[in-house]
Amino acid sequence: MNRRFFLQASAAAGGGLLLGLGLEADLKAQGRGGGPGLLPKDFITIAADGTATLVAKNQELGQGALNLLPMLMAEELDVDWKAVRIVRSGVGPQYGGQITGGSSATPSNWEPMRRLGAAARQMLVAAAAQTWGVAPEECTTASGVVMHAASNRKLGYGELAAKAAAMPVPAFASLKLKDAKDFRIIGKSTAGAETKEIVTGKPIFGIDVTLPGMLYAAFEKSPVMGGKVVSANLDVVRKLKGVKHAFVIEGIRAATDYPNYLFGGPGFEAGVAIVADSWWAAQSARKQLVVKWDDGKWGGQDSEANERKADELAKKPAARTLRKNGDTEAVFQRKDVKVLEARYVFPHIAHVTMEPQNCTAHYRDGKLDIWSTSQFPAPGRASVAQLLGMPEADITLHMVRAGGGFGRRAYNDSMLEAAWISKTVGAPVKLLWSREDDVRHDFYRCGGFQFFKGAVDGAGKLAAWSNHFVAYGEGDTFINDGGFNPGEFPAGYVENLLVQTSTMPLGLKTGALRAPGSNSIAWVMQSFMDELALAAGKDPMEFRLEVLKNAVPATAAPGRGGGRAGLNAARMADVIRLAAEKSGWGKRQLPKGTGLGIAFHYSHSGYFAEVAEVSVSADKKVKVNKVWVAGDVGSQIINPSSAESQVQGAVIDGLSEMMQEITLKEGRVVQGNYNQHPVLRIAQAPAIEVHFLKSNNPPSGLGEPALPPIIPATANAIFAATGERLRTMPMSKQGFRFA
Amino acid sequence: MITFTVNGKPRKYDGDAEMPLLWVLRDELDLKGTKFGCGMGLCGACTVHVNGSPARSCVTKASDVAGKSITTIEGISADGTHPVQVAWAAIDVPQCGYCQAGQIMSACALLAKTPKPTDAQIDTAMGGNLCRCGTYLRIRAAVHEAAGQNNSAKVAR
Repeated sequence: MNRRFFLQASAAAGGGLLLGLGLEADLKAQGRGGGPGLLPKDFITIAADGTATLVAKNQELGQGALNLLPMLMAEELDVDWKAVRIVRSGVGPQYGGQITGGSSATPSNWEPMRRLGAAARQMLVAAAAQTWGVAPEECTTASGVVMHAASNRKLGYGELAAKAAAMPVPAFASLKLKDAKDFRIIGKSTAGAETKEIVTGKPIFGIDVTLPGMLYAAFEKSPVMGGKVVSANLDVVRKLKGVKHAFVIEGIRAATDYPNYLFGGPGFEAGVAIVADSWWAAQSARKQLVVKWDDGKWGGQDSEANERKADELAKKPAARTLRKNGDTEAVFQRKDVKVLEARYVFPHIAHVTMEPQNCTAHYRDGKLDIWSTSQFPAPGRASVAQLLGMPEADITLHMVRAGGGFGRRAYNDSMLEAAWISKTVGAPVKLLWSREDDVRHDFYRCGGFQFFKGAVDGAGKLAAWSNHFVAYGEGDTFINDGGFNPGEFPAGYVENLLVQTSTMPLGLKTGALRAPGSNSIAWVMQSFMDELALAAGKDPMEFRLEVLKNAVPATAAPGRGGGRAGLNAARMADVIRLAAEKSGWGKRQLPKGTGLGIAFHYSHSGYFAEVAEVSVSADKKVKVNKVWVAGDVGSQIINPSSAESQVQGAVIDGLSEMMQEITLKEGRVVQGNYNQHPVLRIAQAPAIEVHFLKSNNPPSGLGEPALPPIIPATANAIFAATGERLRTMPMSKQGFRFA
Repeated sequence: MITFTVNGKPRKYDGDAEMPLLWVLRDELDLKGTKFGCGMGLCGACTVHVNGSPARSCVTKASDVAGKSITTIEGISADGTHPVQVAWAAIDVPQCGYCQAGQIMSACALLAKTPKPTDAQIDTAMGGNLCRCGTYLRIRAAVHEAAGQNNSAKVAR
């Protein structure tokens, strides 16, 4: 990491210390350069009573950012956690990166947030030393107090704050961070920053935002991607009780311009907006709304037809070779190998955040205020500015707690809609989607089709691996977040490897869902790995360890989509062994109908191996009894309670995905609510043991990497229990359901 | 005109009698703690008590609660000191927190009738409340904690 940090202090309005930092790289990435005028940052304020107000710059979706970032600052600032007050930042370049996604908060803030705290501490020490006329080196700090032991003097941070603000800002290189053994806050569980508000029902979520004179909007969008409104009975709707406005919104450029519907691009789907004096009135008016749609080019789309098309493509030579090592075909012809073929199918699935998409916007006098739960707030604001043709500087974006994100709120469609509607009606407007809107207008985890062929030799060694991924996209372009990283394991660990792909079109918005790519890739790869292990007559855990030991030089195209190809085999082997040990792998006698499955996956710099124990009844009801998770996310778990909770949630989330699918009929999404797109319920949740293996690596995030292995681990356990291999998701396609 | 009691206070509502109680609470009475999740009684985010029993307010019409007594998350204690709220905080249950008001209302209703529930009784009583973040294990632990059946706090009180 070769970033330079800028530190700058100025006197706070309240006489306290204000100190901030900027990441040159982040500022440059935003096209803002690194000029000093942009650098003052507000992260730490110390009040006269010693309270340290720490600013959390990332969105809170339940992943714990509101605790994480202040904990890092508070540790080096050397204050007691109970003296910390946490506040949300606004959205602006002075805060550096504010994207919430990719499990990036920990790796990207681990150093900078601690350095920020350390810089503030050093300035407080300098102020005390100057006051006493002693050398700063003779002073120590603890619990928000600077001490000079030799003269037995001490001063609280609150007393020093005003003077400290005038101290020179320490040079980046001069900051010394604590040794991990001296941590007092990092590594200790802290209570959720807004738990009190949550358990008392305070209005802290996006959906709770209320403004004086606010109207409520519902938006009937084209049921088919890219469809247009031909006509609508707006006159009838406008006369309904409570309805103030009803109007057509044309689909805006890019919105329907497949395959360019990427986040950050302006536009949204066409439809009819109904604005009323209550949301219930607006929503109820939709029942009387009759729209004649022009479905456009995707009106005939059908999931079953897509599946048939994928099977046809699989029979033909693949359109593209992404990676080729050795000669798989020659291996498959050999007499001394066992060859396996398998077809795996995974569906599109929706995010179904508990809080449906919503946004409140207030346009007046050429200025716009937006209250949003966005995971990508700054790109959202830029999109709104482009859409409405107004300067970004005239748009104030307020971040509000989100009722779950999982990647859905990386896409700012509800923000664009609310801004457009508020400007159109000239009033503050809360736009709220119904659950059906949310399920039918998502940016879905994209489905796909994997056709595997693999071989193991007489010694039980993995001899060849090929997969033909029939994916959605056009030509050489995969649909958004529907691609495949050719560096994915076992690439690099088998001498003969062939990764190929063919694409077919899809008229559906797709995007990132928690552990994008990995949440389907881990299942197919680790399932087929299991098939090969058993064909080789090997224990599935031992077989995996043997493959990991077989690093071969990569000779083909580099991987796409981040560092997944950079898997460290030794770290992975360690978590595999830990998960196996904790679960009693290979050491327990299991009753008939009960089985253990193991899987691992590397994503987002995190190493996870998981073992699932399932019992399956004769009528294919699956009870997941227990899950053992072993993870290596570096040297430090920052907030252990939050970390355990994230991992348990990832496991439950992954199990839910085994029940879910989004299908298309006549271009329309069939599913609409939780009855058709289920989420695991409490009685179905297994016991989950979480073990972290601390390694000498920088801490990385764990919102995402704990999820992918649970799906193949469970599927492999189902095979162990029943002898039936799960090759099509959702598992109900093969008659399985959770007990 | 529909009259009923919300958190001990008499309330009147003279709008659309078909409007679900959820929206009466949220948008007419400004009690935003009760959450909208599905609109079909599938997820439990909107759970309140009607005459002491848990009910899904998104599928309960305003006219259904005439003369009845309703308790919402805002009404179970004045200051967050109901044992269930205290347990929820000590066990550090919430992730995003959106479903938790409904979870807490179901838990309170369970404990009022079954002061020392088993895991199975908890699973039955809480079976209508989805948690998309997957906090179920902590929900179970927190119900036991509130019942005084364990002491497994994750964070300092």
